[in-house]
Amino acid sequence: MNYAFATLFYFAAIVLVAGVAARLWRWGQVPAPLKIPTTPAPTTSGGVALRLARELVFFESLFRANLWLWACGWIFHVGLALVGLRHLRYFTDPVWGLVAWMQPLGILGGLLMVAGLAGLWLRRWAVQRIRYISTPSDHLMLALLLLIAASGLAMKFVFHTDVLAVKRFFIGLMHFQVLPLPADGPLVVHLSLVAALMLIFPFSKLMHAPGLFFSPTRNQPDDPRERRHQAAWAARLDVTKG
Amino acid sequence: MADPTAVPTPPAPAPKPAAAKPVAPALREFGEIPALQPGSMAGSKPYVANEKIQEAIGFPGALVEDWHDRAIGKMGELLGKYRSLQVFMDACVHCGACTDKCHYFLGSGDPKNMPVARQELMRSVYRRHFTLAGKLFPKLVGAQDLTRELLDDWFNYYHQCSECRRCSVFCPYGIDTAEITMAGREILDSIGYGQKYGNEIIGKVHRIGNNLGLPGPALEDTLLGLEEDVKEDTGADVKYPLDVQGAEVLLVTPSADFFAEPHVESLIGYGKVFHAAGISWTLSSKASEAGNFGMFIGNYEQLRKIALRIREAALELGVKRIVVGECGHAWRVAYSFWNTLVGIGAGGKDPFAIELQRQLDPRYKQPMHICELTWDLIQQGRLKFDKEKNDHRIITFHDSCNVARASRMGDAPGGQFEIPRAIIRAVANHYVEMAPGTTHEKTFCCGGGGGLLTDELMDLRIKGALPRMEALRQVVDQQGVNFMATICAICKAQFSKVLPYYGHKMQLVGGVHQLVSTAIRLD
Repeated sequence: MNYAFATLFYFAAIVLVAGVAARLWRWGQVPAPLKIPTTPAPTTSGGVALRLARELVFFESLFRANLWLWACGWIFHVGLALVGLRHLRYFTDPVWGLVAWMQPLGILGGLLMVAGLAGLWLRRWAVQRIRYISTPSDHLMLALLLLIAASGLAMKFVFHTDVLAVKRFFIGLMHFQVLPLPADGPLVVHLSLVAALMLIFPFSKLMHAPGLFFSPTRNQPDDPRERRHQAAWAARLDVTKG
Repeated sequence: MADPTAVPTPPAPAPKPAAAKPVAPALREFGEIPALQPGSMAGSKPYVANEKIQEAIGFPGALVEDWHDRAIGKMGELLGKYRSLQVFMDACVHCGACTDKCHYFLGSGDPKNMPVARQELMRSVYRRHFTLAGKLFPKLVGAQDLTRELLDDWFNYYHQCSECRRCSVFCPYGIDTAEITMAGREILDSIGYGQKYGNEIIGKVHRIGNNLGLPGPALEDTLLGLEEDVKEDTGADVKYPLDVQGAEVLLVTPSADFFAEPHVESLIGYGKVFHAAGISWTLSSKASEAGNFGMFIGNYEQLRKIALRIREAALELGVKRIVVGECGHAWRVAYSFWNTLVGIGAGGKDPFAIELQRQLDPRYKQPMHICELTWDLIQQGRLKFDKEKNDHRIITFHDSCNVARASRMGDAPGGQFEIPRAIIRAVANHYVEMAPGTTHEKTFCCGGGGGLLTDELMDLRIKGALPRMEALRQVVDQQGVNFMATICAICKAQFSKVLPYYGHKMQLVGGVHQLVSTAIRLD
């Protein structure tokens, strides 16, 4: 089992990194030929950075759209961030000060994740409009995340796992050594689902996270009169008077 | 219960088979979201363009034999040319933030008019052909093949989007359905399945110079008539010049301004502003149209070709400034795209753009909106008004979608909201705002934009106007509003037609420069 998980995580990590890189490369390659920021928009690149930061941290547009949806989504993502930070302790030795300090917050994060996900899933069923647009994969994605969070919390509160052994396993992987992993049910479920998430990520709507930064309606400054903006394929039309 | 043996009475004469006259949906409690009515707009579609119309602008005349493969090929091409399309196809999470934001959905309840569902018509095909998940597990991720039935859905529902961008304001990733509608129409055109109304107009612009097909001599006549009318009304010799070499300003305005009501009232107003400020100006018979329907069909080459007429006219007439009249999508094209397309603005490097930059006066914004020009003059004290002449009007302002969400005026973000309102306040005493969620960047489209201003779509247009009509009803009933000012030719035409269905007089709508025209002093 140790070797199976080691192989799985190496494979999942490669797929995740390569898959995301390939998608970002693709997005970077495709030009945005026209200025299409959704206005009112900032007129400078500093202003654009601020707009993107507000979107990233506060989900500004979503806040304007729907308070319930915003609350569920924001709570889930904040929870996810806290849980992610907490998990850094499995990959760092010695553990960074901030990560050590925020460990209890990580547990709160797990609970927030579950609450947010439950709200999002409930909404998919309860609101007719959202039910209409939901695909099977939308439901499965929520189920996957919910199971990851639940199995993680189960290990914290119900079935304790030898976390030090888990940490040795992952630090070992980082040094290309395969060390023993505790053969606990919840841990096996938890790690398998995380690997599945890593494998799915680059090919799914989970790519929405970096998508924001490539979205021309959000990342372009509103300065079309002052600065000429042209894609290479469009500039080739310039040689003719038309 | 009826006696089955009774001789059936002949049925009452059926009502005239003339197309059922569309009726306006009932106004609802303000801000209510309708229940889904699947398929309720499935029958709404514009006329298909015929061979002559299609071929005149370089598209196949009728649906081509191998339309499926060519459509997929075109989609692949567009995915490589437009980052918006590529990212928007990938990034949507079906969160539903946009589901209650589209005026056509709010007015019709058809779920395919929810922006995300409209996008899914294309995204499902994108997944099937361009993503691993969609190739392997189509059912799971909602991927589907482009069938003839789905293609017809594209045609119907990509002509139930006015490209107003309201959904993009609320999307957490800024996904703009307008970009997808444009791509959808571009693909449809490329396989010979175009829309009659829009493509016929594009042909007219190239052939005659404007969307309405008004030839030069007719235009000259109309303008002379205007001069006489204004002289009679005011006693002042206000000129409406055409093709004047060496004028300071070239005014490019939607051709509806030349004769349609209430549009012409604004044109009269522009002329009075130039007259009062002593600025020499001219219209151009070559560029007698600010509108650019190339944008509506998402076709860059058409967009550029139509914009080139403006550059050519400006170079030929030797003007120092280019000013755009009251037209929403035209201002988007002028403000956001002209510099990119043909180098009207700063930074162009091709010979014609350089020549133009040498010619245009760098002290002014190029291009400039007529409202920017008028507001500058007001601030400099160069215009005087008798505000009380507008006292019979209680005015509200309808932000036009393309001005509000796709352009700017002045130096600061949001100038497109402030400047028209500032002008209204400078020329009139009674001004009222509509409900906050229906103005500024959250404004509702009039329901006729994006190339949908055609009679066969009347039912759609009436339903699409519903959210605006609800907000308008509020200020009419509560504050006695009797004039809704707007700065878009399509808004004006659409509201003139639709207002009566909601029990208003068509004269309720008019232009900002119509108000300027009423109050301006010409001595």
